[in-house]
This record gives sequence, structure tokens and C-alpha cells, in this order.
Amino acid sequence: MTDTPVRPTRPAAPSRLARLRDSDLWWSFTSHPTAVGAAVLLGLMMLAALLAPLLAPQNPYDLAALELWNAELPPVWAEGGQWPYVLGTDLQGRDVLSAILYGSRISIVIGIASVAVSLAAGLSLGLVAGYFGGIVDNVLMRIGDVLLSIPTILIAILVSAVAREMLPPDLREAGAAAVLVLAISLTAWVQYARTVRAQTMVERNKEYVQAARLIRVPARRIMMNHILPNTMTPILVAATLNFGLAILIEATLSFLGVGMPPTEPSLGTLIRIGNQYLFSGLWWIVLFPALQLCLLVVAVNLLGDWLRDALNPKLR
Amino acid sequence: MIAFLIKRIANAMMVMLAVAFFAFMIFRFVGDPVEMMLNEQATQAERADLRAKLGLDDGFLVQFGRFVTNAAQGDFGISYRNQQEVIGLIAERFPATFELVIVATIISLAVGIPLGVITAIRRGTWYSEVLQFLSIIGVSLPSFAVGIVLILVFSVTLGLLPAFGRGETVAIGWWSTGLLTESGRAAILLPAVSLSLFQITLVMRLVRAEMLEVLRADFIKFARARDVPARIVHFRHALRNCLMPVVTITAMQIGNLIAFALITETVFQWPGMGLLFIQAVTFVDIPVMAAYLCIVSFIFVALNTMVDIAYAVIDPRLRGANG
Repeated sequence: MTDTPVRPTRPAAPSRLARLRDSDLWWSFTSHPTAVGAAVLLGLMMLAALLAPLLAPQNPYDLAALELWNAELPPVWAEGGQWPYVLGTDLQGRDVLSAILYGSRISIVIGIASVAVSLAAGLSLGLVAGYFGGIVDNVLMRIGDVLLSIPTILIAILVSAVAREMLPPDLREAGAAAVLVLAISLTAWVQYARTVRAQTMVERNKEYVQAARLIRVPARRIMMNHILPNTMTPILVAATLNFGLAILIEATLSFLGVGMPPTEPSLGTLIRIGNQYLFSGLWWIVLFPALQLCLLVVAVNLLGDWLRDALNPKLR
Repeated sequence: MIAFLIKRIANAMMVMLAVAFFAFMIFRFVGDPVEMMLNEQATQAERADLRAKLGLDDGFLVQFGRFVTNAAQGDFGISYRNQQEVIGLIAERFPATFELVIVATIISLAVGIPLGVITAIRRGTWYSEVLQFLSIIGVSLPSFAVGIVLILVFSVTLGLLPAFGRGETVAIGWWSTGLLTESGRAAILLPAVSLSLFQITLVMRLVRAEMLEVLRADFIKFARARDVPARIVHFRHALRNCLMPVVTITAMQIGNLIAFALITETVFQWPGMGLLFIQAVTFVDIPVMAAYLCIVSFIFVALNTMVDIAYAVIDPRLRGANG
């Protein structure tokens, strides 16, 4: 074989979009109406949250925009409702729809940030533990075991409460979102780390990794460029479902009073505030944020549930 | 078997030590207990006196050792907020939480098992598809939002059920029960339903998966071939073989439910341990927070360990695998 191999002429590679359209995943997606519905719903909600400053009739943080004579208005379809306060107003005259749009924005951002932080931590720790093994592996997995043997919500509440106490008082409100991301990520990384570790231990001994090692590819590059891409399928499913879970935990913490402050309310904070007026007939202040939260989490979970089935080789 | 037992129990004790360490670190990190317990006019001598009495001048390990020894004997110190023994405060609230969790568990089994059986034996029908779909939604719904909607519908709008508190309670020794009075039973309904929603979907999905597995077995085919009525095949032959995992998952979930009850208790102002904990969090009452963490984790870890051991007793194959 001393001849230079003749390179076969290939047709031009199909574009990414075309490849996506031909994939099994896309086919599975389009044939599941619930998945399409959930994706559309989620897309709309994320878009609305992103464009909140343009869409919202009012800036709920701007105290000057609040007018007390517009306070306690019911939704437009109820008696006494007024445009543009579609979903009514609260006791300070704050538009409920605007508050929900801005609140969803905070909830979604914290959800995404928590997934990003726990993914970064979980993937790197899992790779290191699985690739090198030994004492690092042992210590990391023991820590993970302990974290999973205590109810997640309890850890999140305690970490959030303790971290806030430790911050200087003037930073408590500004740092609330960061504290929440930390409290949620502290337990969420374990799942990713375990998955990646198990997969890495399998991949480590395969020929392509041996070959890369022989030509002295640095361990860091083997882990990141060779092994990591092969562990991504279960991680994608876990990340989607954890996005929903993160939004849920954030809302729960804010509802319990250890999350976002009323000056920068997430959906959970809005529900906490509205809950105080449950018995004064002002049902719209609490009901609509609660519905939005439910819709958001349900949409994410429906999508994650479909993804899990679609990527499960046993169900193909 | 003995080796497995020792290993499993040692493991549980390690976890509890880690939890105790975490609880202890909260004391070290947050605030100064002397400042919390004395008023601002206290003299320097009084402060030093209390500091010595609490043993805060000792080394780190000595203090941690003392904390663990005391906690193991149920002594979690004095609440910063109302100067009472923490363990007494928690014992007083425990019955409320326990009754809530037990009633929620019963509801989840009573509703979840039949739904699981139906969705398994009527697979592909429209109503079983709808139930399947609803179960995904049920898993996703935040329990506090469900609680609030239940209050809006059944208390505020319809005025049928009380929205907060425990109703009248009857004391039996140190235990106080709300299950013996009319108002107590009415009061437990909404919180128990809202707590059980997640559990119902869990039981339903588990029973369905197990039933689908069992229905494929030979003994079921044989029973059908013998012309045993469908009802008996499904409920006496198939369901009985599914109950083992249901029982164990239910037992393990009780720990989780106790932790989750704190959300339900906040929504319904249910006077249980969880509400005590949340109030402690708001007032930074660290002894109560630490005690709650230790006690709930202990229940959680103890249940998991017992289930693991029970499994090993029943199924010898597991003794080596997890050890």
C-alpha cells in the first residue's frame, strides 16, 4: 500500500439543518404532539420572559409607575376589570401580568444558571473521578452519597438560609440569586457526576482512548474531546429534567421566604406575596403566578419525558 | 449476612456523622450563640461566663464530639427564640407531622394502586393514556401551588373545609391526635391530599410498570388458560406479586414525605415540625434548625437502611452486590 489512497469524491455534506431534519430524533419529535406542544409552550414562555421589558404594560420595579387608584383591580373579564391590566393588579397597583413576565424571567434565569453550574461541576468531577479513579474518585463519590442521603429540599433550604446569614446585610438582596443557584447546584451535580463517571470508566478502556494515550494526547484533552462527547445522551435528558426541578426548588425556596426578596420577585416570591391575600377575595394575585409556574414546570417535564423515551435505545 | 449488616449500619452511621457535622458547622458559621442568648446590656463578665458554660472555649473537635454525644441522647440545647428545650419543642410538634404523613401515605396507596392497575390492564385505551399524561403533570406540579389552589377552591370559594390549623385535638399521653374529632378530620383532608399528590403518581407509575412486567409471566398465561376470571387473575395473581416494591418504596418515601411536609405545613399553617423549622429559619434559631436537620435525616437514613436490610434478608443475591 504505497500508493496514495484515492480520495473518493463525496457529495457536499448536508447542512446542519438538513441533517437535523433527517434525524431519528426530529422524526420522533414531530410524531409526538405532546412534545411539540410542550416545546412550543416553553418557547413562547421563554420568549415572553426574554422580551418582558417590551411586552409588559408596566415596569413592576419602577415605583413611580405604580398608581394607587389602580390597586386591587380584578382581571379584565371580571366586573370592574380595566385595560391594560389584563390579569388585574395587586395592593400597590402593580400589574399582575407584568409581575409574572418579569418573575418568570428571574425563575428561568436561575433555572438555567443552576443547570449550567451543576453541569460544569458534575461533568468535570465525574470525568476526573472516572478517568483517574483512586482516592479522588472515592472521596467524591462518598460526598455524593451523603448528599443524596438527605432530602434535597432540606439541604437547599439550609444552605440558602445559612449562606444569606453569612452575607453582609447590604449584599443579601443582590446576592439572593447567586445564593439560590449555589443551594440548588450543591445537590444537583451528583447525578451528572455519577452518570459521567460510570460512562468514563467504560470508555477509558476502549481502543480509541488507548490510541490517543499512545500518541500522548494530554489527559485533559482526552477527557474533554474524546470521552465527554460519548457521555452526552443521558446527560441531556438529566439536564432537561433538572431544569424543571431547579425552577421548582427555586420557587419553593422563594415561597418559604429563603429565596428571592420581594424587591426582585421570582414566581415563587409572587406566590408568597399573593398567599397573604388569599382570604381577602384577591384571588388573582396568587392564582396567576401559580398557574404560570405550573405551566412552566409541566412544559419542561413533558419535554424531558419525551426526550428520555426518544433517546432510550431500548424503546427504539 | 453479618458482614453485610455491619457494613450497611456503619455506612448509615457515617452519613449521620456527616449530617451532624453539617449541623454543627451551621452553629460555627452563623452568628455568635452568646450574642443570641444574652441581651445587649449583658456585661463582659456575663458573656465570658456563658461562653465558658456553653464550652465555646474548647477546641473544635472537643466541641464537635460534645455536640454528637448530646445529640445522640436527644439533647439539642435550648432554643434561642423562646428559651425552651429544643427536643421538647420538636416532640410536641411531631404527632401533627406524623399523622399528616401517614394519612397522605394511605391516600396515595388507596388511589395510586387502583390507578396503576387500571392503566396497566387497559393499556392503550384513551382513559389510561389520559391517566398516564396526568401522572406526568402530577409529578411536575409544585405542591405549594396545589395547596393554594385547593384552599382557593374548597375553603375560600366553597367554604367546605378549613384552610389552616389542625382543628380540635385529643391528648393521649404525650401524643396529641386530631383524628378522633370531627374538626380534626376535616382539617387534615386538604393538607394530606396536597401532600399525597406526588406520591399518588409515584405509586401509580410503579404499580403500572410492575404489573406490565408480571402480566407477561407464564403463571399469568397459565391462569388465563385455566379460565380463571380476569378479575382474579389481575388482583389475586398479578397485583400481589407487585406489592413488594410498592411497600418498600412507600416505606422509603415516608422520610421524604416528612421533609416535604414542611412545605405543606407552611401553606396550611399546620402546627407540625416543618412549620417549627421554617419559623426557626426566619428567626435564625439555629438549635431548632440543627435539631430538625438531624432528626429528619435520621428518620430518612434509618428507613433506607432498614429497607436495604429487609431486602437482603428476603433476597440473598443482594448481600454481595451492594456490599
